[in-house]
Amino acid sequence: MTALAPPVVSQRRSPSQGGGRSGPVTWMALPALIVFVAFAVIPLLGVLALSFTQWDGIGQIHPAGLNSWKRVLTDPALPHELWVTFLIMALSWLVQTPMSMLIGVFLAGHQRYREILAALYFIPLLLSSAALAITYKALLDPNFGLGAGLKIGFLVQDWLGKGSLALGVIIFVVSWQFIPFHSLLYQAGVRQIPVQLYEAAQLDGAGRVRQFFSITLPQLKYTIVTSTTLILVGSVTLFDLIFVLTEGGPGDATRNLALDMYKRGFQANLMGPASAIAVILVLLGLAVALLLRRLGGGSQSESQLEGF
Amino acid sequence: MDRTSLSRRNFLGLTAGAGAAAALAACGSSGPGTSNGGSGSGAATYWYLSGAPGEQVRTATVNRFNKANPNTKVTGTTFQNDAYKTKIKTAIGAGQAPTIIWGWGGGGLKSYVDAGQVEDLTDWFNQNAAVKDRLFPSSFGAATINGKIYAMPAETVQPIVMFYDKRAFDKIKAQVPQTWGDVMALVPKFNAAGIAPFSLGGQSRWTNMMWLEFFFDRLGGPDVFQAVFNGEKNAWSNPLAIQGLKMAQDLVKANGFIKGFSSITADSNADQALLYTGKAAMMLHGTWTYGNMKTAGKDFVTGGHLGYMNFPSIDGGKGDPSDTVGNPGQYLSISSKATAAQKDTAKKFFSTAVLSDEEVTDWINTGAVPIVKGSDAKLASSADADFLKFVYQTASQAKVFAQSWDQAMSPTAAEKLLDNIAQLFQLTITPEKFADNMNQVIGQ
Repeated sequence: MTALAPPVVSQRRSPSQGGGRSGPVTWMALPALIVFVAFAVIPLLGVLALSFTQWDGIGQIHPAGLNSWKRVLTDPALPHELWVTFLIMALSWLVQTPMSMLIGVFLAGHQRYREILAALYFIPLLLSSAALAITYKALLDPNFGLGAGLKIGFLVQDWLGKGSLALGVIIFVVSWQFIPFHSLLYQAGVRQIPVQLYEAAQLDGAGRVRQFFSITLPQLKYTIVTSTTLILVGSVTLFDLIFVLTEGGPGDATRNLALDMYKRGFQANLMGPASAIAVILVLLGLAVALLLRRLGGGSQSESQLEGF
Repeated sequence: MDRTSLSRRNFLGLTAGAGAAAALAACGSSGPGTSNGGSGSGAATYWYLSGAPGEQVRTATVNRFNKANPNTKVTGTTFQNDAYKTKIKTAIGAGQAPTIIWGWGGGGLKSYVDAGQVEDLTDWFNQNAAVKDRLFPSSFGAATINGKIYAMPAETVQPIVMFYDKRAFDKIKAQVPQTWGDVMALVPKFNAAGIAPFSLGGQSRWTNMMWLEFFFDRLGGPDVFQAVFNGEKNAWSNPLAIQGLKMAQDLVKANGFIKGFSSITADSNADQALLYTGKAAMMLHGTWTYGNMKTAGKDFVTGGHLGYMNFPSIDGGKGDPSDTVGNPGQYLSISSKATAAQKDTAKKFFSTAVLSDEEVTDWINTGAVPIVKGSDAKLASSADADFLKFVYQTASQAKVFAQSWDQAMSPTAAEKLLDNIAQLFQLTITPEKFADNMNQVIGQ
């Protein structure tokens, strides 16, 4: 599941605007806050508490101190799972970012048929991950799949049965599904860039490539940070696609932390260790998001357009 | 400083308020008295597995019961096999279990018993001896925990047998294997003819496990796994166990299984499809697959192309070649959280509807043997008489009918086992490493 982190709204703006409007603004946040506390903060605290207990998901909950944590942190499988999680993060970013940026820039232009193409590009985003995974699983089946059906030798691979291939397939399907969404972000970003910049560049004799690297790319800085945050945080908790496509297999080749959490909690009845992994996942996601905010520099809500 | 932003105190106050509101809301929805849904009328709920042909038989039984008992109905909900295993655990843990819990007995049932979530049926069976006495005695083993019966055995006996495609054997002009040596000799011959020797839905993992169950038994008899089950130290390091694990890897290395087996799932019946479409020559699988191969495999079953036999013996092995493994039955438990009226409905369902004469006939028509004594008399008139007699004999003449390992063990140990089995078949761990990993969780 790709968790879409809610955009953080910074309130830090010129103090002079404030005045006596503090009350209403504060209380307007209440409905969202109730939902957030009920469905995010309280469960999170529950998970943290569970990670210090022993529970099989059915019977009584017994306190168990640091046992679950010891069990998880000393598990020889943990480095491998962290590595798989990291690989999925890094590779999804490497594939999705350039592709969505190019498609986004293209869609922001004024070419013919652009709208029809935009609608077509958008289709994968409308499909549910589980349905996608089942479809790809059927297409990639080495005995009854696309390759075997059309008798195309190259496509007859053991796509989901070899570790490295299976990971590649997962990256491909994730990218195929989410590139449309990120293209949309970039499209919006590009549309925000003032036309004057391009006109000035043209007068100075800059070509299309030069314009892209000197104007479009720098102006998209915050869009890149936003899109990157969504991709990285989303891939930390990627679960549904992997679960349906490979169930973490072959062997443990595609088992990331999220899948391990599920397997421990709901298949092996070890809710304590599963909760410990959940806490690790939360920390990992927070760390990535915070790091990117730092790298993004200052407050993202500050517009680059100031001065225009 | 800037007064528009939330001050810390304001924020904390708001958070506390939101927390309290959420807590209040939670209280409102989960207060006492919500569990007797159906306004205490005794309407029971029943969750069971979907998928042909079992689903149709189960649904028909529920419908028959509801017709006869319009005031105390049973509401059925179906789930896919692998999804159900997770769903039912979560529901029981959350106190939302159905009245009647469908299961496999053994280790899973024990975890419910340990948590006090299922009803002790020992007294009920003593009072209703007629219900108990008409069922196979061997089916009660997996329903009995600490000497008490916590589930009603139901449905059919399902040994795991070796299915084969007679057309494939004709094609390479070979005889059906009698020993493991024969099997290994056949592997290169089938591969040379472009037919995979064995079909396997390896992603499901328990499919791989069936192979180990037979290797262990044929090599060393039931004691090899019994030692593991009894929690004996280093039981997996038994030389016979190591040899069995090695035989599995040898078969993988010899390309004994169809290409891509580790990405094929048994839930989708793709492994059966490989057999009946002629892409694979043999398949080790439960007898429950017969019904689907008959309906989905065109003339594969009806045209007499399907062959079946017990797992071959292994030269020098100590195990009895009549031994088998599989499901000695399926199991229906009653949730201890259900109301008294619901429990009564469930018991009435057990005694009047489960394995009634109509259901027995239904099961036989799907090509399965119900766990009812004397049902062999009804088998002869069935269209699948030969197969059914074979199943009945395999089940009733087995010196040992062992329950599938993952069903017999605790869910925690079973998950670890399946995980290691997947890696063993992927050749990413050696038999010795497998034994090391599994020795660590013995007795857990």
